Amino acid sequence: MSSSARIAALALAGCLLTGPASASGHGVLYYGYGTTPTARQIAGWAIAVRPDGQGLPPGKGSVSHGGDLFQTFCAACHGTFGEGEGRYPKLAGNDPLTGNQPRPTVGSYWPYATTLFDYINRAMPFPSPHVLKPDQVYAVTAYILNLNNIVAASFVADATTLPKVKMPNRHGFIWADPRPDTHDTECMNDCLKPDQVKITSTAEGKGITPRTTGPLDTSMPQ
Amino acid sequence: MDQEATGPQAGHDARLVRPGRRAMFRAGMAAGMVALAGRARAEAPAPPADDPWSQTPGPGVVSRVYGHPSHFEKDVIRRNVPFLTATPQSSVSFTPLQSQQGIITASGLFFERYHAGRPTVDPAKHRLMIHGMVEQPRLYAMRDIERFPSISRIHFIECPANGGMEWRAAQLNSLQFTHGMIGCADWTGVKVSTILEEVGIKPEGKWALVEGADGAHMARSIPVSKLLDDCMLVYGQNGEALRPEQGYPLRLLVPGWQGNVNVKWIRRIQIGDQPWFTREETSKYTELMPDGKARGFTWKLYAKSVITFPCPEMPVNAPGLYEIRGFAWSGLGRIKAVDVSIDGGVNWTRARLDGLVLPKAMTRFTLPWRWDGKPALLQSRAIDETGFVQPTITELRAARGVNAIYNNNSIQTWQVKENGSVFDVQLG
Repeated sequence: MSSSARIAALALAGCLLTGPASASGHGVLYYGYGTTPTARQIAGWAIAVRPDGQGLPPGKGSVSHGGDLFQTFCAACHGTFGEGEGRYPKLAGNDPLTGNQPRPTVGSYWPYATTLFDYINRAMPFPSPHVLKPDQVYAVTAYILNLNNIVAASFVADATTLPKVKMPNRHGFIWADPRPDTHDTECMNDCLKPDQVKITSTAEGKGITPRTTGPLDTSMPQ
Repeated sequence: MDQEATGPQAGHDARLVRPGRRAMFRAGMAAGMVALAGRARAEAPAPPADDPWSQTPGPGVVSRVYGHPSHFEKDVIRRNVPFLTATPQSSVSFTPLQSQQGIITASGLFFERYHAGRPTVDPAKHRLMIHGMVEQPRLYAMRDIERFPSISRIHFIECPANGGMEWRAAQLNSLQFTHGMIGCADWTGVKVSTILEEVGIKPEGKWALVEGADGAHMARSIPVSKLLDDCMLVYGQNGEALRPEQGYPLRLLVPGWQGNVNVKWIRRIQIGDQPWFTREETSKYTELMPDGKARGFTWKLYAKSVITFPCPEMPVNAPGLYEIRGFAWSGLGRIKAVDVSIDGGVNWTRARLDGLVLPKAMTRFTLPWRWDGKPALLQSRAIDETGFVQPTITELRAARGVNAIYNNNSIQTWQVKENGSVFDVQLG
């Protein structure tokens, strides 16, 4: 319902007390459902961290403390030095982002160090996410940055130092969508010469397609 | 009795030519329905014989208090590609599009994408918090959300990694695995604008962080303008409660935008004046270009289509008349037209759009095809109401290289061989 329609409806009902909050700014709700969260409730859930540091909690953590925690909580999947076990994400490394099948890492790809804190805090360790204390998250963040040679071994991560870390790929992103970047046309007839139509690749015989009939295919390795 | 025999499999069968079949059936009726002999024959029963299920009552009502497909359809299931991901908890499964009969994806077959598995959320305990740059922070229970004025809309949700394996070359010989990270449903819920107008967004509030209650605490930044445009907080799917796989009890629906921003199990919306650059919009869901730069915030899903019959799972067998079938969709609006080629893109024929043609929804197309038994290269090409024409993979590679992973909306080519088998191929 538009704001004017709401006001009209209220007027018809003979109870024109105020417009919706967004229009009046007086803080009177139109529907009035729900409750006002307490500051403590908001603080408990508002975990998002921005590049400018907004959302970073009090606390701090060192590279060396982070190294200990990493071996306990992270290395089983990500490898002792962040090299990534199996299909688990590789965290450290400086391979180029070009060429055949690049494997981006925190060091080579991530534009902001704050994202590392945010993600470890909200989603890691994978089997029991969001259990590390802020000091621990700061420490693991510092360790992974150090693994990538972005900060020194003496680095201590906190709400002041983390937003100041300059990530190598900070300016590697284009945030304005440049599409449409293809320009195919609605050609209907003789759009190609028949001899231009060549099969350049086929999935036939590659042997990587899971079974598509019968029960779920569990024979393929993870 | 036809229910079981004309399931999805009918699509790859010359028996599909229905008038003849019905005529046969009528002839059987006319012959007098003499219920003779019938029962004993081991070979396929034919009129006027009765099959066993015609000779006894079946189970009564409430023998199935929640219905499910015939067991003859047991192969029509979500499937995964185990080697794609390290664990099934952070992974994806694929909708069996080869068996989808209309634009609505069955709720039990709708593809899954989890970042920390499928949480079991108690709706009585679930809350949605809205805070940040708003006049009035608010905490809503599900019963509050359900009280707001409601709407129902049909929209698709597609993971932008759909087709991500096929950038370099044809890899997976299966429609389900090349295109199955999509589903389309009838969603019921409240417009996000209804609630944001209620809480009042401060003038500087231009971005929102939307966050899930799953173990990943899935978080994405999204412009407030999109939330106000057409987004919904959804609690209903295809006439019943949202499925757990789709975010029960509450998910965000962001029509036409990449699946990842349609945050499931949503519990928090924070309004701010700039994006958060979360892991899911920097490390992931960004597209590496050949020069090593990456595109981010490429949310919109451009026009795409695929032929669902024939396809590798649903080949043809004998020459004759078939109906080519498929789906088209665009995150930018309605599908305007779909063209089909049987010669690898030399010549195209306009297909018939069938049934509902809705914005940001799967749209069905069909085209009769008399297969002469010779090799064919089948393609479909979608054009949406903005005039955008679905590109070839060659065009897409020229623009973006092969490392982008996401947003592969290229024309799919199915190679039909003389024996009727169908393969995923790419043309140069």
